[in-house]
Amino acid sequence: MEFLTALLKSMPGAAGQGLIWGIMAIGVYITYRILDVADLTVDGSLGTGGAVCVLLALNGVNIWAATLCAILAGMLAGLVTGLFHTRCGIPAILSGILTQLALYSINLRIMGWGTGVGTQATLAIRVDNFQLLVSSRFIRSVGLNNPLLFLAVLVAAVIAALYWFFGTELGCALRATGSNPSMSRAQGINTDTAKVLGLMISNGLVALSGALLAQYQGASSVDMGRGAIVIGLAAVIIGQVLFSRVFRNFALKLLSAVIGSIIYYIVIQIVLRMGLDTNDLKLFTALVVAVFLSIPYWKNHYFSKTAGKGGAACA
Amino acid sequence: MLEIKEIHKTFNAGTVNEKRALQGVSLTLEDGDFCTVIGGNGAGKSTMLNAVAGTWLVDKGTISIGGADVTRLPEHTRAAYIGRVFQDPMLGTAPTMQIVENLALAARRGQRRGLRWGITAAEKERYHQMLKNLDLGLEDRLTSKVGLLSGGQRQALTLLMASLKKPKLLLLDEHTAALDPRTAAKVLALSDKIVAENQLTTLMVTHNMRDAIAHGNRLIMMYDGKIVIDVSGEDKKKLTVHQLLELFNQVSGSDEANDKLLLS
Repeated sequence: MEFLTALLKSMPGAAGQGLIWGIMAIGVYITYRILDVADLTVDGSLGTGGAVCVLLALNGVNIWAATLCAILAGMLAGLVTGLFHTRCGIPAILSGILTQLALYSINLRIMGWGTGVGTQATLAIRVDNFQLLVSSRFIRSVGLNNPLLFLAVLVAAVIAALYWFFGTELGCALRATGSNPSMSRAQGINTDTAKVLGLMISNGLVALSGALLAQYQGASSVDMGRGAIVIGLAAVIIGQVLFSRVFRNFALKLLSAVIGSIIYYIVIQIVLRMGLDTNDLKLFTALVVAVFLSIPYWKNHYFSKTAGKGGAACA
Repeated sequence: MLEIKEIHKTFNAGTVNEKRALQGVSLTLEDGDFCTVIGGNGAGKSTMLNAVAGTWLVDKGTISIGGADVTRLPEHTRAAYIGRVFQDPMLGTAPTMQIVENLALAARRGQRRGLRWGITAAEKERYHQMLKNLDLGLEDRLTSKVGLLSGGQRQALTLLMASLKKPKLLLLDEHTAALDPRTAAKVLALSDKIVAENQLTTLMVTHNMRDAIAHGNRLIMMYDGKIVIDVSGEDKKKLTVHQLLELFNQVSGSDEANDKLLLS
């Protein structure tokens, strides 16, 4: 009973984290599912978003403007990865790793801006002194200052904007590029530009998530993005496994990534309450993602007999 | 309409795998010409089509379409002039997108893609009508994912897509080779119909000598990266498979390719 009440008490926190990381999961969905590229830039661009946002806010910039700048910084990171890939011929996955590595140093520099040393690993921002968009302090409060309300509206707005964009001619060109590059080129689509644009949008969203996360937890740190891609993939895959049969609409597919993210954080809360050491979390996450990624493969290979029969019956 | 002048292409130059795929190919097609291309494996048929489409740039020579020099243009820019159907039915369509979405993509070939809606209601109605005319049973599956279609249906859809925005040049690269004989015949008949209705200048690669003779108003045969036979007009109409083989033997100085060409 005690366990349950404690768990219940931690639910709002899990939902808040889940919503923030859900925006990041949408970014991962765009590269991983739509563009068919595993983009590892996100481990760095999440931290960049947090660093830029907190630094600017501490220097007196309006929090909305600071968050917007964080998005732009993330898009810049995506642009660099995209150019490594399309203009320099570096494989996509390696391009992302290179940018991510470079961003580690850059994030340290951003947070150390104006200090004597020039680098800094964490940058705190207190909700008492600044008007932040979200803060974990009010996560259980009943009222308009509860971050869950703001986050829910923001997630809905992000999904609506993306639903619109991927319905436009340009958005269709992006989807076609991920679906079949040779067909896309034959239809006059510049697949290089499409990939770069997709990476920019994705990393812009990831940086937005980083900016919100830094405000939510009251600090930006150079390590906050470590393993982000795996959490993003976990959210996307959990959402897909659970909802792919019911959610056909594109907006709902994006929503399923967000719900996947919330479920992920609820599961994390449960296993932590059950006594898992926080230091083992990344191991746990990696295993969960590995298992979920393996399921489709196992289905095809070890249950192919039944699949074959089904196929024959259809023919 | 199409003017190819002395194009050369060598793959893996300077290595043991060096392949001189095109060795000075020149070809001029008039407006409305339907030219079939035949030749053994590795003769350079597909390579010539890819050179025109811009899959890569040629080493030497020039290519112009409708008077515009496209030699240095990248593939996606050249697409404004060219409709294409590939040998592999998987290559011509986006499998995870709907039938109408694929058509809408094709309708915008060569145009700048902006933030206007990707497909309009009027377009959907138009595509419905077009698919109905094709009689493939696709008109009631407009929002189905293309990945669910059979190879023949996909090639037919790709043909429609290639001609939706009238191209200056249509490239058919063995587009029936991966289909069963009945479906292949259907797709070929559809190709004839679309070419005739739109009066398209067409270059069609095929493995099948009979098809090469039966379709189009001109026939070229390639051998070792060069065009070795070029028949058109009345001569083409009277051409038989037997004659074609004899011609080929004269030009190549051997009959080693006979079996390969006859059997395929």
